[in-house]
Amino acid sequence: MSKQEQHWEKTRNLLFITLAIWFVFSIGIFLFGAEMQESSIRPFGYPLTYWFTCQGSLAIFVILIFWFAGRQEKIDDEFGFTEREGDQ
Amino acid sequence: MIKGKFIDNLPKVYGIYTGGFLVFIIIMAIAEQAGMTAKMIGIFFVSFTVLIYALIGWLSRTLQTDAYYVAGRQVPTVFNGMATAADWMSGASFVAMAGGIYFKGYGYMALLVGWTGGYVLVASLLAPYLRKFGCYTVPDFIGTRYGGNLARFSAVIVLTVASFTYVTAQINATGTIASVALDIPFEIAVYVGLASILMCSMLGGMRAVTWTQVAQYIVLIIAYLLPVFWISNNIGAGFFPHFMLADEVARIAELEGQFGFVKNSAADLATVPKGLSAITKAHSSVNATPWAFISLAVCMMAGTASLPHVMMRYFTTPSVRTARRSVGWSLFFIFLLYSSAPMLATLSKISLMDPNLATGIIGKSITEVQALDWYQNWNQAKLMFVSDFNGNGTLELNEFFMKGSAVVLATPEIAGLPYVISGLVAAGGMAAAMSTADGLVLAISNALSHDVYYKIINPKAETAKRLIVARVLLVLIGFAGATIAALEIQGILGSVIWAFDFAMSGLFFPLVLGVWWKRANAPGAVAGMLLGLISGTAYLVWVRSGGSGFLGITQLTFGIVGAAVSLVSMIVVSLITAAPDAATQKMVDDVRVPSGKTILGKQH
Repeated sequence: MSKQEQHWEKTRNLLFITLAIWFVFSIGIFLFGAEMQESSIRPFGYPLTYWFTCQGSLAIFVILIFWFAGRQEKIDDEFGFTEREGDQ
Repeated sequence: MIKGKFIDNLPKVYGIYTGGFLVFIIIMAIAEQAGMTAKMIGIFFVSFTVLIYALIGWLSRTLQTDAYYVAGRQVPTVFNGMATAADWMSGASFVAMAGGIYFKGYGYMALLVGWTGGYVLVASLLAPYLRKFGCYTVPDFIGTRYGGNLARFSAVIVLTVASFTYVTAQINATGTIASVALDIPFEIAVYVGLASILMCSMLGGMRAVTWTQVAQYIVLIIAYLLPVFWISNNIGAGFFPHFMLADEVARIAELEGQFGFVKNSAADLATVPKGLSAITKAHSSVNATPWAFISLAVCMMAGTASLPHVMMRYFTTPSVRTARRSVGWSLFFIFLLYSSAPMLATLSKISLMDPNLATGIIGKSITEVQALDWYQNWNQAKLMFVSDFNGNGTLELNEFFMKGSAVVLATPEIAGLPYVISGLVAAGGMAAAMSTADGLVLAISNALSHDVYYKIINPKAETAKRLIVARVLLVLIGFAGATIAALEIQGILGSVIWAFDFAMSGLFFPLVLGVWWKRANAPGAVAGMLLGLISGTAYLVWVRSGGSGFLGITQLTFGIVGAAVSLVSMIVVSLITAAPDAATQKMVDDVRVPSGKTILGKQH
């Protein structure tokens, strides 16, 4: 496998992990909205589903993007595909 | 005070700007104490901020194509994040969102999740790759990746339909705010709003829009957060509302049980002014089916990743790496406002509902409420209404009506904050609507001037001529948008949601598969764009004209139909036609690595 193919495979795996986490907090948990609302887990005292829609999911997305960006930069560095001065 | 290049001095420049704005707020507060009228304060706030934006727009004028189309590709990560946040958060986010949450509760929160979750798709699927491509516009990517004028032109059509639907709503919002704040008729205010929008974008294109959007973000975030924190402290709910309103949320649920949701008769409702509603849904309980919630969230997420005015913001960063990080910063700045909207809705509701608070009105006598100053003001502006339907003399929960936008605009006054805060909120709403309108008008006119005029009609046009055409188109589109906005066909929020569905129907899969599926070719992309857009639109028309729809897909989620048709037709047509040539495949390989030259040159 060429360097570029390896790079793309890692990039694609990272995408799948990122999208899996994204799926859980944007779609997955809301399949159980009514059940979660009754849960005794109450972040800051808010009902659980309510909290996820107000803050939880939103904050997780912010963190997820920065985590994803960091991982992707590592992958690019590993294969020497990071941009250099004058590339653009 | 400022030495060297503008870009190196950004933190200083915007630091001084923010300080200056805070001083301006304090001066206004002092002026209010000294007896300045509420009307004058509103006029000062809106006109002062708009003049500043116009000044920035004039200072950023340019005669170069890469500055006009992509701000010279030198906007730093964090500042691009702020500009994107302003570009993104429209009049709907600023003025209508808290009201939507206030009235609809859980079912509406799908928009919050969708409008933030979409950025994960932007960051992981598209933005860095489109930045590597080096395009000026979204159709530029489609046209070059798939090849051919037909693909390019189809992308322009989808872009125009989606963005134009969106921009009329934004010009409508600037008109609404300008007419209230400056006390002029709506039909004139729409053109005042348009003039302000054009002043920011016409001379400097993307460069001017970028630097005004940063300035607008600062105004709108101060205007949104200050009242939320202030009200929370005022009613003793806690100094940091986001983490401390649990008791209030529980109290609202308790009061809802106590007051009950009484359904109004049709005859009673006929006496209520158009567009006003009473609370009919519980604040925090799960009141929508999983599918209703998820389908709306999915549409907003895919729409986010397909709206060209957002995507083109990531063309302005210096590199692929900064484009990726910039998406994170954008969402962070959006998060600051979005996580505050439910808190504002909670504070507004508890202020009105709780009989233990001085501001509570439910359960008071109707005549007492009608005598309140703020009630009279907002009733006159046709944003509030009370009526004693059951004739018992006291105001019930189902007898108090309010327009959604009043939650943001009127809550400071209801909660007893000084008028200077209401003036600030008006300026913030104006900033939010203007910044989005700027981005949208520019997205459409850039696509028409770069992709249709330069790439298809007259490829030999010289720079000066291209930029004149771009500006003329900008003005024409602005006027077309204002003319339609003045007709007030669809509400602000409805138009915005439609725009997402249109964008998702036509552009989501052609964009994503352009990067992630090498086998995707031009006939497939054209089929995906056109059939997606047509089927989505057909479904919308069908449901609007009384059709029953299927699978619980409503007129707000028709993008699901469009995108499904788009995906299937794109795959089928791509597979039955020839694979893209070796040069195209090589191009896709190059897009997938950050290093090396961009596909399209710096000037093209």
